[in-house]
Amino acid sequence: MRRFFRRNAAGYLFLTPWLVGFFLLALGPILASLYLGFTRYDMVSDPRWVGLDNYRYMFERDRRFWKALEVTFTYVALAVPLRLAMALAVAMLLDKGLRSIGMYRAIFYLPSILGASIAIAILWRAMFGIDGVVNQFLALFGIQGIGWITTPSTSIYTMVVLAMWQFGSPMLIFLAGLRSIPRDLYEAAEIDGTSRPRQFFRITLPLLAPVVFFNLVLQIIEAFKTFSSAFIISNGTGAPADSLLFYTVYLFNEAFRFFRMGYASALAWVLLVIIAVITAIAFATSKYWVHYENERD
Amino acid sequence: MAGLSIRNLAKRYGAVSVIEGLDLDIHDGEFLVLVGPSGCGKSTLLRMIAGLEEISDGTLSIDGQIVNDVPAARRDLSMVFQSYALYPHMTVRKNLAFGLQNLKMPRAEVQRRVDDAARALQIEPLLDRKPRQLSGGQKQRVAIGRAIVREPKLFLFDEPLSNLDAELRVQMRVELAALYNRLKATMIYVTHDQVEAMTLASRIVVLRGGKIEQVGTPHELYTRPANLFVAGFIGSPKINMLPVNLDLAAGRIHSADFGAFRTIALPDKGSTATICVRPEAVKLGAGDVSAQGKVRLVEYLGSESLVYVDLPSGETLLFHGAGLDSHKPGEDVTVGLNFADMHVFDCDGQRVDAALEQAA
Repeated sequence: MRRFFRRNAAGYLFLTPWLVGFFLLALGPILASLYLGFTRYDMVSDPRWVGLDNYRYMFERDRRFWKALEVTFTYVALAVPLRLAMALAVAMLLDKGLRSIGMYRAIFYLPSILGASIAIAILWRAMFGIDGVVNQFLALFGIQGIGWITTPSTSIYTMVVLAMWQFGSPMLIFLAGLRSIPRDLYEAAEIDGTSRPRQFFRITLPLLAPVVFFNLVLQIIEAFKTFSSAFIISNGTGAPADSLLFYTVYLFNEAFRFFRMGYASALAWVLLVIIAVITAIAFATSKYWVHYENERD
Repeated sequence: MAGLSIRNLAKRYGAVSVIEGLDLDIHDGEFLVLVGPSGCGKSTLLRMIAGLEEISDGTLSIDGQIVNDVPAARRDLSMVFQSYALYPHMTVRKNLAFGLQNLKMPRAEVQRRVDDAARALQIEPLLDRKPRQLSGGQKQRVAIGRAIVREPKLFLFDEPLSNLDAELRVQMRVELAALYNRLKATMIYVTHDQVEAMTLASRIVVLRGGKIEQVGTPHELYTRPANLFVAGFIGSPKINMLPVNLDLAAGRIHSADFGAFRTIALPDKGSTATICVRPEAVKLGAGDVSAQGKVRLVEYLGSESLVYVDLPSGETLLFHGAGLDSHKPGEDVTVGLNFADMHVFDCDGQRVDAALEQAA
């Protein structure tokens, strides 16, 4: 045992900051929230044990909970594939060997850094507002635009467009993946008379599958957790007509606006379970479509 | 089968010229080997023939048709890559069938061709494996299989044996020769290995710096190298090169070790020249000219040995032959050269032939 620690001391030393942070700052609240999920707690008086009441209320009576799920699932279902498609398309363009690839990579990555910021969310509100840039552009063609964010039926799509615009990090991963596919596979395919679409579907995509899978899982988790942009764009309430009531926005409001900390904790654990189940499904299906080059037999 | 005609071909990357003004005719049904040191342009030339590199200047014709702008897929050729370029996610069977399916060939025909190729290359038991489950030699066979199922009129090989170990390389070399004898298709083969070139080729093209140094049969290249570069490049162990001085007025050659003598051929310019003699042509004992030397090293190879002899001038002469292993380092020996074995090159490194031969 002592020898084990002596041999691995350096490793544990490097791990220490993370371990300290996790045990002091994260693990406590996580366990506390699991407990609070079974209580009624307004942050002023002591939590009161209510058993499964929070969960029962959530599934049986809380219509806003179901609305939040609907909004969030719609967003995930649209934003993840579109963002990945966008990321892959741009990565393939960059992979063609542009001269200043480093510069383009940085430019295309920029929205992903800015995207999560409050400033961009505010900018988005201005762009898609009734007098926003988008409508001014449409006016050039004589189209009378609407308030894209204030109209309940279109507001979610402004969020999806924002998500598409932040394709930077999956793009970088796709680009690295594309770079690792040997050039001569395409040359062999070229000589064999393989059309470009067939090269994409029969060579690029199968060889990129591990990277697609990695990005997919990461982006699904990311999308479920979308908060700050939704919070800002919906004025912190999920408006209009709860059309931007993202799960996290609802959770935040329950916790910090209405001080139903017990109920919010229960909501948080349900989100965790949803993400876990969907990730598990993704992993379970992956063996049918993800091929790993160095797989052991 | 196909004949190729290359005229004034050039390849430039921006200001950098890789190949310039290259002319070459490749006969229908011949096994042509492009050989040369790395960076000589041999792979670039092959890739231009394949249609993978654009042609900067000049023309490339296959069977009389200029194909400069014809895409690779419509040149009716197959290529075997050094890396094998097998599709890692497909089984051997799918790898072999992939190119045929592009052609929308009937399923039964695809099946027949894949089975035929697998039988010929003895890879039938491997058909349902993925490339990562194959050894280097097996991958190489599959790569060749993928080339032959298409039954093209022209085969291109880009250093196909470079990734194999020495033993397997010899074995695959024999199999490639057998394949050529069976198919009798035109084959163009790139290698930096002169043994591969000598053993496989109908004709060899020696390239250096994007230019052709010599084209000829292996025998022509070995017995009558056109210049010092080819003399040094073809043949293993390497040819002996002795720098000598010329006395043009007296028509004699002066060697620091072998004295003054006349050879069959004499350059008509310059004050220096180079005499080359194959290691197996060097005599132990007196020859037409002789010198004293000291044995530096004996390498015993079994059936034969290599003996390195230091000459008084500091030059080293290499012998190659059977029964030489009784010699010991430090031993004084007499070495002889015969005029008939001498290749004479002028101060520019160009071969000089005897007046009689030149006239013939």
